[in-house]
Amino acid sequence: MQTIVPDYDRTFAALADATRRDIVRRAIAGQEGIAELAGHYPMSFAAVQKHVAVLERAGLVRKERVGRRKVVRTNLEGLRMARGLLDRYEELWRGRIARMNELISDRQETDA
Amino acid sequence: MTVTAVRKQPETLTMTLEAEFDAPADRVWQLWADPRLLERWWGPPTYPATVDAHDLRRGGRVEYHMTGPAGDQPRGYWEVVRVDPPRSLVFRDGFANDDGTRNTDLPTMEARVTIEEIGDGRTRMSIETVFPSAKAMEQILAMGMEEGLKQAVGQIDAVLAENSIARA
Repeated sequence: MQTIVPDYDRTFAALADATRRDIVRRAIAGQEGIAELAGHYPMSFAAVQKHVAVLERAGLVRKERVGRRKVVRTNLEGLRMARGLLDRYEELWRGRIARMNELISDRQETDA
Repeated sequence: MTVTAVRKQPETLTMTLEAEFDAPADRVWQLWADPRLLERWWGPPTYPATVDAHDLRRGGRVEYHMTGPAGDQPRGYWEVVRVDPPRSLVFRDGFANDDGTRNTDLPTMEARVTIEEIGDGRTRMSIETVFPSAKAMEQILAMGMEEGLKQAVGQIDAVLAENSIARA
């Protein structure tokens, strides 16, 4: 039975694999089908197909028909559900500022 | 606390972040101008950055790659729009393909950095990021999520490891 309630466990389990995160990243552009995606990884077409299926079940990507081709496209709504994106961006910059501050402190100690 | 203000304006697709450092403006500028310093703060610890090219002049390019725990190497570049050392830097921040060329499928965003001394040897740095469209913001933020996800993923891995120990 299909569940309507967002399944966070499934979302995060799907994203817990580096290849699948990379597929989600590439599929944001929504230009490539499974065959093209498979070209990026040292694994079989079938293995990549399995990864895409896991992501599809987690609601993170969907297959779309573009003309005669089928492309894999990231479901941005699904991504948003998994994370407050602006909050993450803020966190990314907060991390950078913290590292900048450490560098400045280090250099002052060295100079002293 | 170093970060003094964060403003998110979804209506103008802008995020502004202000921080203060206990150092003169020149020192803060060096964090951007010296590639060896830049690579020590640009990428998170799980995705350290390596700066491959660094030309911080108007029209110049900065190219970098980051190295993830699985050996994945996402690439990015800056295009310098305006630069006025040590006071300001405006650059377009974009994603690159594996061969270093611009990834034109993904949007770029503009970052405006302002650095000013505020007395007592302190310096304020403001970073304003402007996204070209709401769709672009979604795409770029979804990309940035890769880094933020590491923590969540680490936690999941820890939970999974505990489960397998409990079962053993």
